[in-house]
Amino acid sequence: MNENKAAQIRQLETDTEQLMEKIRQEKDIKKKQKLIAEREKKQRKLTAVRNNRVLSRETKRDLVAYSFIAPNFIGFAVFTLVPIVFAFALAFMKWDGSNEITFVGIDNFTRLADDTFFLAAFRNTIIYVIGTVPLTMVASLALAIVLNQKIKARGFFRTVAFFPYVASLVAITAVWSMIFHPSKGPVNYLLLKVFGVPQENLPKWFSGSLVLFTLILFSVWKYMGYYMVIYLAGLQGISAELYEAGSLDGANTWQKFKYITWPQLRSTTFFVVVMLTINCFKVYDIAVMLAGGGDGKLSTSATVLVYYIYQNAFNYWDLGYSSAIAMVLFLMVLIITLIQFRYEKKINS
Amino acid sequence: MSEQMENKKFRSKRKNAIAGKTLVYIILLIITAAMIVPFLWMLSASIKSNREVFLMDPFVWIPEQPKWDNYIKIWTKIPLLKFVQNTVFLTIVVTLLQLLTSSFAAYSFAKLEFKHKNALFLAYIATIAMPWQVYMVPQFIMMRGMGLNDKLLAMICLQAFSAFGVFLMKQFYEGIPSELCEAARIDGMSEYKIYAKIMLPLSKPSLSTLTIFTFVNTWNDYLGPLIYLKTETKKTIQLGLKMFIGQYSAEYGLIMAGSVVSLIPVIIVFLCLQKYFVEGVASTGLKG
Repeated sequence: MNENKAAQIRQLETDTEQLMEKIRQEKDIKKKQKLIAEREKKQRKLTAVRNNRVLSRETKRDLVAYSFIAPNFIGFAVFTLVPIVFAFALAFMKWDGSNEITFVGIDNFTRLADDTFFLAAFRNTIIYVIGTVPLTMVASLALAIVLNQKIKARGFFRTVAFFPYVASLVAITAVWSMIFHPSKGPVNYLLLKVFGVPQENLPKWFSGSLVLFTLILFSVWKYMGYYMVIYLAGLQGISAELYEAGSLDGANTWQKFKYITWPQLRSTTFFVVVMLTINCFKVYDIAVMLAGGGDGKLSTSATVLVYYIYQNAFNYWDLGYSSAIAMVLFLMVLIITLIQFRYEKKINS
Repeated sequence: MSEQMENKKFRSKRKNAIAGKTLVYIILLIITAAMIVPFLWMLSASIKSNREVFLMDPFVWIPEQPKWDNYIKIWTKIPLLKFVQNTVFLTIVVTLLQLLTSSFAAYSFAKLEFKHKNALFLAYIATIAMPWQVYMVPQFIMMRGMGLNDKLLAMICLQAFSAFGVFLMKQFYEGIPSELCEAARIDGMSEYKIYAKIMLPLSKPSLSTLTIFTFVNTWNDYLGPLIYLKTETKKTIQLGLKMFIGQYSAEYGLIMAGSVVSLIPVIIVFLCLQKYFVEGVASTGLKG
């Protein structure tokens, strides 16, 4: 054991000396630096062996840090990173999950262009996003401005506004389908009795051309409380002095909003819009629960991207094709994220 | 004379202010009604018979003979107790794992120096914007290959290791002065001890935020369990309730009673930790 150690020390010593010689002769700066780094490493190891330490201080430090990260990272790598890589590869394959995988190039993507159900899903998702994002933004901003004022029972109002966000979808969509029931629901009853809409013209909220509108309405109702909280934080960041200065100049409420609140909230609004857009692209449960009926099947008028990913994978077992649709979803989200990055860079510089 | 005019002006200003306040309250009441009526309607319908649920003329919030037994029947019509047990088990395990592993990893990213730190953290950043729906299919195929199909364990693996948790905790730890850790290190404390004795007790607010986020997400998740859990006895409460609605679509009173039951735990956790939830949402918003 001891002899071994002595031999190791001798070996390391000659190594470092040789490296020193090389460094002296080396003319290229970059290579020289590399050699110096190498020599330092050897030297550290030498002191470690001399002092009877198995691991150098750096290695020990790294190992401690890794031990902190490992529990999360291993789970994260296995269950998130690997499937993501897998998803990208799968988009260029044909596979039913049990037989052989074959490489098909961009076939899955060319198929998308002629698939009417995909095009409907894509179109509906875009309409849903375009409808939901501005409405939710405006509603949550208005609510935040109202709830930022000194009014009675502010805490109660905030809690109530936030509640639809935490409530589970299955339960609240069940209520909505009853309240908006085409023939028995209270909403249509009011339209019939109070507003005199004739029986045959009563809206069918969950089918045909109206279904997307209902989905949008529901989403605004469910999500506005969440974005209201973000806006409230933004509003609290605006200094009161600006409003005081505005008052001195004789600005009215609308002018104060236009020239102080709105410009000051610019980055908050940007964040809200980005988050909303990304979340709206992922819509699935809301559509299936409100428009899916008992068996959860969506027709062309209500289908969305994630539904079609699910259907191709778990009903038709066309995994490659389903991954290609997933790539479209990814692309949409990626574009939004890139816009966000560019905007943040602009703001920071 | 001029004093009187001043007075008049002041009064009209006050009148305006009062009118403004009234308008604000009217708007608020309308919005609050829109937010809360569906929940009240749910409560009301849950103690009605199927005929009474849609009875509009006259409409009553509490029927003359409330059908409290809807709340008893719902437990026998479907294995609701089993669904609740599964969901509680899942939610608790996922939340605990999430808190533990995220805060552990975040400590290292926030307070330690080590090799490949940036590369490792980049892996988390790169996936934060990646929607789960993009890779849910390959993930399922992989888990099936590991024999986790139709197992609650699959749901745990799926939800317990999120990049979001690591981010949230790291952001919080970076706000704690490093001198605190340095001092402890000089005193000879190991990193594990610093984490357990100093950082963890200090991070209660962000742990609470993470708890409520994870709890609400896990409790309310639908698509995940839909993909993985097939056997009836393994289903979560969301799946079970949806299944019940599909089977007994005309049992309105029972559906509403089941919905109320499924909401109760979330209401309790939300009301207890509301402060942290609101703070958490606000801080993620400001950061972005």
